[in-house]
Amino acid sequence: MSLPAMLAANPRLDRWVGFEPDGRARIAFGRMEYGQGIATALAQLAADELDVPFARLRVVAAATGDVPDEGLTVGSMSLEVGGPALRAACAEVRAIFTAVAAERLGCPAGDLDVRDGGFLRAGRATGLDYWTLAGEVDLAREATGEAPVKTADRLRQVGESEPRLDLPAKVFGAAFLHDLVLPGMRHARVLRQPSPGARLAGLDEAAVRRAVPDVDILVDHSFVALICETEADAAKAHAAAEAAARWDGVRVMDPALSEPDALKGLPHEDFEAGAPRAGPSNRRRITARYGKPFISHGSLGPSMGLAQFEGGKLTIWTHNQGVYPMRGLAARITGLAPEAIEVIHGQGPGCYGHNGADDPPIDAALIAIRRPGRPIRVQWRREDEFGFAPVGTAMRMELAAELDPSGRLVDYTAEIWNTPHTGARGSAVAESALSGYVAPGKPPQRLMPDGSRFSGGLLNATPSYDIAATRTLEHVIETPIRSSSLRSLGGAPNTFAGESFIDEIAEAVGAEPLAYRLAMLSEPRARAVLTRLAEMCDWPRRWEAGTGRGLGLAYDRHRGRGAMVACAAEVEVEAEVRLVKLWCACDGGLIVNPDGAKNQLEGGMVMAASWTLKEQVQLGGAGITSTTWDDYPILRFSEVPPIEVELLNTREGRPMGLGEVSQGPVMAAIGNAVAHALAARIRDLPMTRERVAAALLAAP
Amino acid sequence: MRARLPVGLADLSIGGVSQLHFTLNGAPAQVDADETELLLDVLRGKLELYGARFGCGAGQCGTCAVLLDGVPVMACSTEVGAVAGRAVTTVEGLGTPEAPHPLQTAFLELQAGQCGYCLSGLLVASAALIARNPDPGRAEIAQALDGHLCRCGVHNRVIDAVTLAARRMRAQPEQEGAPA
Repeated sequence: MSLPAMLAANPRLDRWVGFEPDGRARIAFGRMEYGQGIATALAQLAADELDVPFARLRVVAAATGDVPDEGLTVGSMSLEVGGPALRAACAEVRAIFTAVAAERLGCPAGDLDVRDGGFLRAGRATGLDYWTLAGEVDLAREATGEAPVKTADRLRQVGESEPRLDLPAKVFGAAFLHDLVLPGMRHARVLRQPSPGARLAGLDEAAVRRAVPDVDILVDHSFVALICETEADAAKAHAAAEAAARWDGVRVMDPALSEPDALKGLPHEDFEAGAPRAGPSNRRRITARYGKPFISHGSLGPSMGLAQFEGGKLTIWTHNQGVYPMRGLAARITGLAPEAIEVIHGQGPGCYGHNGADDPPIDAALIAIRRPGRPIRVQWRREDEFGFAPVGTAMRMELAAELDPSGRLVDYTAEIWNTPHTGARGSAVAESALSGYVAPGKPPQRLMPDGSRFSGGLLNATPSYDIAATRTLEHVIETPIRSSSLRSLGGAPNTFAGESFIDEIAEAVGAEPLAYRLAMLSEPRARAVLTRLAEMCDWPRRWEAGTGRGLGLAYDRHRGRGAMVACAAEVEVEAEVRLVKLWCACDGGLIVNPDGAKNQLEGGMVMAASWTLKEQVQLGGAGITSTTWDDYPILRFSEVPPIEVELLNTREGRPMGLGEVSQGPVMAAIGNAVAHALAARIRDLPMTRERVAAALLAAP
Repeated sequence: MRARLPVGLADLSIGGVSQLHFTLNGAPAQVDADETELLLDVLRGKLELYGARFGCGAGQCGTCAVLLDGVPVMACSTEVGAVAGRAVTTVEGLGTPEAPHPLQTAFLELQAGQCGYCLSGLLVASAALIARNPDPGRAEIAQALDGHLCRCGVHNRVIDAVTLAARRMRAQPEQEGAPA
């Protein structure tokens, strides 16, 4: 029997499960909790496979050595990829213990059942449980994958809305890594290069010392750190250093690159996939161009990290997306052996992808190695998080459709310009300040499970309908700015474009948007989702276009194989777009924690609504100029509308990740609602007051 | 600067550091600080209260909000000298896991949080709102919290939790008065 990939990578069962003297079951997994609820959902899966009450689990805090290595917690893959490994490990542990219990009792294993961690025979307690047998069973053995996991009808914890394990601490005070105080800890800030590769030409250290007399100034090549006893002093010293530093080789960023159209003028590599290009035909052809700017992760707390270097051993505390990848990154940058590095995870603000979280721990490590002994804490400023953390790439999407005489969509081409969506992975912003820095080469091409080329820019590039011929032309540009993965990668922008385009096609052939979609959607579960959504938003009440009030909907299947999601939006547009209400219907397969699933879907909708209406990273100067919340507004309480979310088919099939599936459909639903309200289409994000005015002026 | 402190509430000392007296979460407190130090730095750096969180340092996000005489202020933009003789309430002063404030109970009950970084500020601002308006509607709650950002998108849950807590507090007013 084949093992789930993460179990094959971490086959020792005791790395996943153990039974402790205090009567608890120890569960370990390599998925990082950052507010998405994954620790709770995975614990529910474990509780079910072990038949141990949820309240008797202890979830091991993530640290290298203490949890299995599952790489990065990304792509909404935790339940899809991590879940099967944990379940299989728990199922096998249960089977091993059951066999030992059966031997003790002299009965076939098949006669035994497990309830609340105890072994039952014919429904009666046998006096044996996991803990009484724990001394006899050595789990330091490799998984075989031979024990089957439970079928959905036997799951009890799965399907319960267990409250999140990590949330209580967060409403009473200290809860985050930001709140950790280590004995002897010093505070540091790094004087960031204005742009990658910029060289320190001079620093008036006396001026810095006038501001903070006892500051410890570390200068190594172009890496400058200000180290102080208090955070306030570090901030003061940093401000003084900023004014006292001169730099060479500072990049000059063209502000025009803030708009996605500018991507087309940059050097790029081209990739083509899908059906061969169609020859000339007499079919009706429709085209449209859409754009999405660079978007910031906008984590509410700027990233931070701690490090201590003592006796040749480096310890790092981080709130990033994976303790083992952090160890690898730190090893590469510091030259230390991975075995000399321990990484401990703590709670941090939501990251939504590759934000700044990897950077301050590396800053701290670089300082700690040069100042051994006392722990070093590095807290980024808001300006650092906006200015130096990776951003989600801008995208230009040019779509073409060919229709048969009945108006049916039969040929679809998506031509996409974007930077590599995971470009800055495995790098730290501090690196180019160090001597001997060599820019990393191109990472090896990632492949899809079917062996085809993986690109974040191709996710949901093709609409999720029955279309005879589809193809993608992708232009991957050399990014002008540090960019990396943002929630859904290209999935949400592609769905925004594709599902806006479907509405445009329907309108061009005089079809009703819902009916047009259903006519090319054969998958029954998908049809159920779209049909239910239409009921939820009372679609039949939809009125004539151009009244200033709009109702729109959209659908996609995440990455073409995940959750099936439909969203609707009702808007009012005067000078600006105002959201009246949003709806979502989702078939995400087996739902582990319904309330957690809804929370993720709803949160994704709000974030994506914010992208759609407000957000754009501004480039200029040496890089990013939108470095405060004033320059980078996001949706506020008074702008967030009521939201209704419904889950369908919750006991059906495998669990599918839901963290990034609602964004695309809601973006397109808003776009379609705005087009309905205005009788004019806005194809470039964000849909600002200026774009509303421009769309109305351009309307026929 | 020192001149604007009420007499007797700040002892003069060498190097600009004063001993400031104020009420912190209902109890008398004193701290040695330069009055131009930021309240957030003093709370986190000297008083070991970590509920007020650093978010932007410019009063733009609300993660550092605390109550000053019952009114929300941004601790990242408030000089500690301004709190002398007054009452500061942080999220730690609202309730504890053993004796939670109705808002804390409601936020957990409705799972009104994802990453949770915004919650301290939202909780104290909501407490202040309910103290002055025991029955706030959706628009009033949104208005009161509009200076607070939430990136995970739990706005609706927060509004529902504030509504729920307010309803319970109206039903049992003796359990929870206005915040200090």
